[in-house]
Parts: sequence; structure tokens; C-alpha cells
Amino acid sequence: MDPRLIHELRKLAGDEYVLHAPEDLLLYEYDGSVEIARPNCVVFPQTAEDVAAIVRLANRFDTPLVGRGAGTGLSGGALARQGGILVVFSRMNRILEIDAENQRARVQPGVVNSDLSAAVAHLGLHFAPDPSSQKACTIGGNVSENSGGPHTLAYGVTTNHVYALEVVLPSGEFIRLGSAALDPPGYDLTGLFVGSEGTFGLVTEITVKLTRLPESVKTLLAIYDAVDDATETVVEITARGITPAACEMLDGWTLRAVEDYVHAGFPRDSAAVLLIEVDGLRETAEAAAIDVADVCRAHHAREVRVARDAAERDLLWKGRKNAFGAVGRLSTTYYVQDGVIPRTKLPATLRRIAEIGKKNGFAIGNIFHAGDGNLHPIILFDARDESQFRRVVATADEIIGFCIEMGGSITGEHGVGMEKDRLMPLLFSETDLRLMSGVRDIFNPRALLNPGKIFPTAKGCGEVHVNPLPVSGAIPA
Amino acid sequence: MSTSPGAVLSRLASIVGASHVTEDASSVQAYSIDGVAPVSAVRPGSIAEAAEVVKFAAAERLALVASGARTKLAMGLPPREYDLALDLSRLDRISAYDPGDLTLSVEAGIPLSKIASALAQHAQFLPLAVPFENSATIGGTIASGIDSPLRQFFGTARDFVLGMEFITGDGSLAKSGGRVVKNVTGYDLHKLMIGAMGSLGVIAQVHFRTFPAPRSRRAFLASFDRSKQAWTLRQSIADSPLRPLTLDILSPGVAQLFGSNSAAKRAPEPYNPKMLADRRWTLTSGFAGNAKALDRYAADLRRMAEHAGAAEIATFGEEGIPGAFGRKREFIPIALEASPATVVLKVSALPSRMNQVLSAAEKAAASRGIDWAAIIRGVGVAYAALLPKDRGAESLKAVLAATDEILAATAAAVGNATIPWCPAEWKSRLKIWGLDRAEFAQMKKLKAFFDPAGVFSPGRFMGGI
Repeated sequence: MDPRLIHELRKLAGDEYVLHAPEDLLLYEYDGSVEIARPNCVVFPQTAEDVAAIVRLANRFDTPLVGRGAGTGLSGGALARQGGILVVFSRMNRILEIDAENQRARVQPGVVNSDLSAAVAHLGLHFAPDPSSQKACTIGGNVSENSGGPHTLAYGVTTNHVYALEVVLPSGEFIRLGSAALDPPGYDLTGLFVGSEGTFGLVTEITVKLTRLPESVKTLLAIYDAVDDATETVVEITARGITPAACEMLDGWTLRAVEDYVHAGFPRDSAAVLLIEVDGLRETAEAAAIDVADVCRAHHAREVRVARDAAERDLLWKGRKNAFGAVGRLSTTYYVQDGVIPRTKLPATLRRIAEIGKKNGFAIGNIFHAGDGNLHPIILFDARDESQFRRVVATADEIIGFCIEMGGSITGEHGVGMEKDRLMPLLFSETDLRLMSGVRDIFNPRALLNPGKIFPTAKGCGEVHVNPLPVSGAIPA
Repeated sequence: MSTSPGAVLSRLASIVGASHVTEDASSVQAYSIDGVAPVSAVRPGSIAEAAEVVKFAAAERLALVASGARTKLAMGLPPREYDLALDLSRLDRISAYDPGDLTLSVEAGIPLSKIASALAQHAQFLPLAVPFENSATIGGTIASGIDSPLRQFFGTARDFVLGMEFITGDGSLAKSGGRVVKNVTGYDLHKLMIGAMGSLGVIAQVHFRTFPAPRSRRAFLASFDRSKQAWTLRQSIADSPLRPLTLDILSPGVAQLFGSNSAAKRAPEPYNPKMLADRRWTLTSGFAGNAKALDRYAADLRRMAEHAGAAEIATFGEEGIPGAFGRKREFIPIALEASPATVVLKVSALPSRMNQVLSAAEKAAASRGIDWAAIIRGVGVAYAALLPKDRGAESLKAVLAATDEILAATAAAVGNATIPWCPAEWKSRLKIWGLDRAEFAQMKKLKAFFDPAGVFSPGRFMGGI
């Protein structure tokens, strides 16, 4: 990297806020996925003006740049695939305004997801998108990836909770998209921008919706001796017109890993558990909890437990949200997928995943957002063994192929990034992709910002990097 | 247009069949926009045919406007050119409906009523209680970006459209999103199509998330002497654990509109004209749930309304809802028929500032002797109808001044305002698309990219794009 660029960046952000020594860059060469890419330098802006100045420098020195929040992403979205400057937003972590009356907040992109919810809890509000990494991930990252989480089943994903954005375009100019008031006239640029995986611009300010906390929450744990019974329960809950706030499933393999680590109270001898939450008015939540328990029992749940208090509820959720940490104790490397299928296809799909795993010689764990059909099969493997990695990718592709066959999608909440770009043609035609990349070019004409993402390149999967480091820190949603 | 009209006709006939294309003067008249009729009207029978028509139009530089039931063609600016009406009413199929997955895929020309009856068989629905409901198609509903009283709970189309297929300016069929309820694969290009009035593409197919239909409902009504009191109640509800399905505030002028013959024609559901007091502001709210929850809603709302100083409070069971709900849904067409020169403004602002904006609107109208009525969604979106006596020069002058004042007051409250409906001959004078927006430069680039030949509804959208 041009030493003059480093010099300019240091002048701009301050010496301590620019990293370029190889040992400092190590930390920034990976995220929560199995991908790896090293930036040439890392800079920590403090203000939106800093960000604009960095973008101008990137233009002057013709150097790629990539935005990054906490680095918890699961598709390599915040990795500098072609090197260059990594713009890390951890210093831009201020909540600028809380407007309780109108249930809105204005935040900087580096605000940690759960920090916002904590800051407004005393007002009876929260920021509804709740990725499992919410204690670390940032709202800027949520916006870029259109992040989900367990409770998006009832509350919607990030895009349903963003009103307006301030953005620095790759040209260095500021634009404001959307408005705090609803229905801004013209095209829905905010809707286009959320989930664009950091390829349109660097977000410097976000106006989000705050949602009132429910009066009552009921959390149920249904325990099964057969996976099919659990998946059939999910199908039936949906069919009965019940919309739980969350409906998560852990299969036996996964729940044992979790139980050994978190001690959440998942019976080690069960084949699957469903973690189902209903909320709303006291009167509504109580009735819904009874309905849900009835459905579980009708599908042979061996036991249905209802969390008696917040502590019990938190423990159950701790088990769910730390599941990937638990898996990380079993294997330093694992591959997590994010396929989506229509919910009615859940039983057939889980059976197929088991078959695929058996055929290829891998144990595949399943922990996922059952209520919206968003799967997270986990395949453990030894990263030191290149041929095994290749087989993992082939196995994963077979699962994704099945999801698509079922009418599903390749990613429900993790993003395409540099992990699934080669899979895009499975879902989208050349026309679709040309149109999408054309839209990117409108905002990002020289592909200076986050290059090499989303769209398939000529690169074959044999060249996918293997992460030599443990990825047990990964905490997918 | 480089090709002779006869050649256009025969080419279109070769795509859709001779019986589905016309240049007959009286037939094309039905597709008029602001008094401008197209040269030809074509009714493709499939998405592939529609794409073929667009491809031809792009090659020949024929300006086209896609339409369904043609209920909302009066929105927006007049077309700069209008060669071809692309009538999508034959694209009226349900392509896929999976009740167990709560997903639905439909072609653009399908009437809302046809969707509603298919979903009702499985006790499901789409929360799109939009105006012109009896005839409107899904394509027009989505393309116009029109909202519904149900947005209080369910949000707008952008919250439950899962994906789309659309025809771009060169006639290629493209898609984004998908048919599953959760999906982040690729850019959400379909969000651009919502409310774009067909200026970026022709919506061909839409994938929706459907919802279980609320089983038992009730409605609540509280009327107030002052608008501020209604907003106090709105805030109490927002600050409470209640989550009603609808919440609208009606201005005093609405009582007269809802009692009119045209209202009865638009929304024939039984309606008690005594429901609204004609000098008061009224907050109406619908809610659903089990018997216990319904009682809780009724009791809590009553208590909050009393606290806010309500002059009158009423709760209705299932039997009292349809009339009022139907009229709320049809507010715009009812208002359009209430005056020879109705002007409808759409105004949005933060809920806490909405009362200030509406007070400005009331003053702007009343001080010029213009009758007015407004329905204001509790989430902060209002439709304000100015009802001048005629289309004369004096009326225009008064409306011009009043709308400028309302636009300025909205801007001062950091809100948005446009004028989706007004007499055609006034469109060149009024600020139909509101005040200039900073993102307009990006919008222009998107328009040029999606529609390089400039054939989609030229001139009708914001800034004349």
C-alpha cells in the first residue's frame, strides 16, 4: 500500500486510529464466516466527515475500501477481499437521539445492537431485530446485511425497522435517503439500500424504528423423541394461524452440544426441542401459549415446559443464542449454512439433510429459525484437511441445491458476501444479475467500495480459502 | 414514433392476437390519462407476451403506460407522450398459493377481490384494504404505493411483498426477492417498483406473505371537540401495550362525506350516519383477538379516551364495523366525487407533529373558504381533501395558495407532502410531487438505467421522470 496513503490516513484519523502492521491486521482478516481476506490497513473514523475524507482518499489513491462493524458477519461481507482500506466503525457508536414519543432513534452505525435496546428499555421500547450476535454486532452491519434473528418471525427483519439513512457514496458525496416521517415520495431508496451488503455506500447515520416491548411473554420448550414430530409441529402452528414471536428448533446433536456448554435444561436424550415464544397482551399471550402447547402435545411432544420467570426464559434463550459457541467447543472449524425453504417442506428437508450428511460422511447438526423456514445446518470439519474442506463445500452445495428445489433461497439472513457469490446463478438469471450489478454501478461505478462481493466471479470453489484459525467465536443468528 | 400506426397494430396483433389489440377511437378512450388517449391499447395474455410488447415498444420508442382496472391513472403528472396502453387485466392468475406456508404468488392484473376470495377459503388475507377495492388490481395497488388503514398493524406492501417479477425497459423479464418469507439473496429491486407508478418497470408477478385473517373484531370510536385531544388519545394508545389493527383520526368534515350517496355507492356496507359527529374530530380504531383481549381493548381504550376528554365514546361489535371501515378504506374515491375539483394531498410527518400540520391545513383551507376533510393514520400519514366549489380561476388561485401553505407547513414539521389527485388542468400549476428532494439525482439515474429508452410512463413520476 502506498505509504503516502497511510500517512494521509494517519493525518486524518490520528496515528492510533490507523493500523497497518501485519500483526495488527491479522485480527481483521476474518469475520464469523470461514472466509479470509487481509486488508492493507484499518482506519477508525470518528465522524461522518472522517468517513467522507477517507472515501476521497481511497479515490485519490485508487484503493478499494470496505466498511466493517464488529466483524460478526457470516458471509465475508466485511472482509477486504481485494485488500485496501478497512473502515471500522467502532468509534462511531453514539446514540444521537431517542424520540420515545414517535418511537424512533437516530444512531451512528457503530452502535451495538443490544446497546440500543438497553438504552431504551426504561421507556418500554426495544430495537426488534435481534441477531444472535446482538451483544457484539452493530446496527450499521445490520443495515448492510438486512440482519434477522429469532424474533423476526413476528417483528420483521432490519429493513422493516429502518426509516432513513445518511450515506457517504463511493464518490465521497453525502446523501440522505428516506425520512423519519413515513412514505417519503419517490423511489424507495432506503429499501433498496438496506441489505445491499456494503456495496452502495458507507452508512454514517441510521434512523430506526423502536418497538414497544410486549406486556407479556411466554416461552415454551417442547421436547421430542423424533425430529419429524418437531418439524410437523412447526407446520401445524403456522397452518393454525398462530404467529409466534419466535419458533426455534435444535436437533438432538446440537442440543447435546449446547447442554454440555450452557446447561440450559435441554434433555440430552431427546431428538429435538422447539423453543417457542408468544407475546402480546397478557390475554393474548396466555391463550396463544395454551394453543401452542396443545399443538406440541398433539404431535407427540414428550414434555412441554413453560418458563416460569424471566430467569428461566433467559436461560433457554442463552442456550439458543450460544449454540454456535457450544459447537465451537467440539470442532475448531465448522461450516454454517443459511438456506431457506417454505415452512411446509421442513420435515422433508431435514430428512434430506440427514441423508446428505450420511452419504458424505459428516455429522450435520441443525439449529434454526423453524418458524420462517430458515435453516442453519452445521457441518463440522477439519480445516487442515484440504480434501475434507472440499467435501464440506460439496455437501453444503447439495443441501442448498435441495433448498432451491423446494422453492427456497440460498440465504435468509447471513448475506451472500464472498461466500455464496458463486451460488447466485442458481437463483438468478443472467438478466437478473446484470440488472443488480447495474444498480450497484449506479452508486459504486468503479467498484471501489467492497469489491468482489455478491456477484459470481470466474473463480471456482476449489480456490475458496480455508481458514486456518478457529472460528468458534462465530455466533450466527 | 418511427413506425406507421398500421404497422404497430399488426406487430402488436402478432404478439397478442388481433382480438386483443385495438386502435379504435372509442376503445382507446377508456385508457385516457388526464384527457390524453393512447394510439393503441394492447392486452397481453401472458407475462411473456407482455415482455414482448415492451421489447417492441422500446425498439420503436413507443411510450407506454401499464394499467389494470385503471382506477388510479389520475395520480401523478400527465404523460408527456402516450402511444400504447398496456392493459394487464388478462394477467389475472394466481400462480401459486401455499396456505400452509402463508405465501401467495399472483399475476399483476388480478383483481384484489379474486385474491381475497381465494385466501378467505383458508381464513387468510392480504392486509391491503385499499381504495377502489371493488375493481382495483394488485399491480395498480402496488405500483401506486397506496396505503390502507391496516398499515397501523401490518405495515405497507414493502413489509409483506417477498419478491417480484418485472419487465424492464428493454423488455427483459427480471426478478428479485423470492417466494420464501425470509430472504436476503441479492438486492431488493422489487422495493423500487412499489410506488414507482410503472416508471421503472412493468410489474408482472408479485410474491406475498399472507396473514391469518383476524377471527373476531371490534371497533372503537371516540370523538373530541379539539383535534389535540384526539392526538393525546393516539399517543396514549401508542404508549400502551395495545396493538390495534387500525387507528385513524377523522377531521370534522368527514362525517358529511361518509353520509353522502357516493359514499354509499363506493362502500355499500351498512353504515350508521349518526356514527360520526359532524363538528368533532373522531378517533376510530379496530382491534381483534379472543374474547378476553377484546374486552381488555374496549376497557383500556374507553379509559384512555375519557382521560383525553372524549365527548362521546362507542364500541362496536362485528356488525358495526363494515360500514365505517369500508368508508375509511374508500375515503379517496368518496372525496374525489364530493367536489368537481377535489384536490387530495398526502401528508406525512412524525405523529407528534401531525396535529400541527393538520392545523395548518385546516387554516389554509378554511381561511380561503374551501371545504376540506382529512383522514389521518395514527402512524403519521394523512390524506387531506380540499373540496373547492368549482374549477374556476378563483378556486385554482385559492387552492394554489392553500396547498403551498400546507406544503410549507409540512416541510417545517420535517414531513413529506405530495398532491396525488387534482383536476388534470391544474396539474401544471400545483406541486404534484411536493418540494424538491435531495435524493432525486439518484432516482433519475435509476430511471435512466431501468428504462433507457424512456418508454415507461414518461413524465408522470416525480420531477417529470
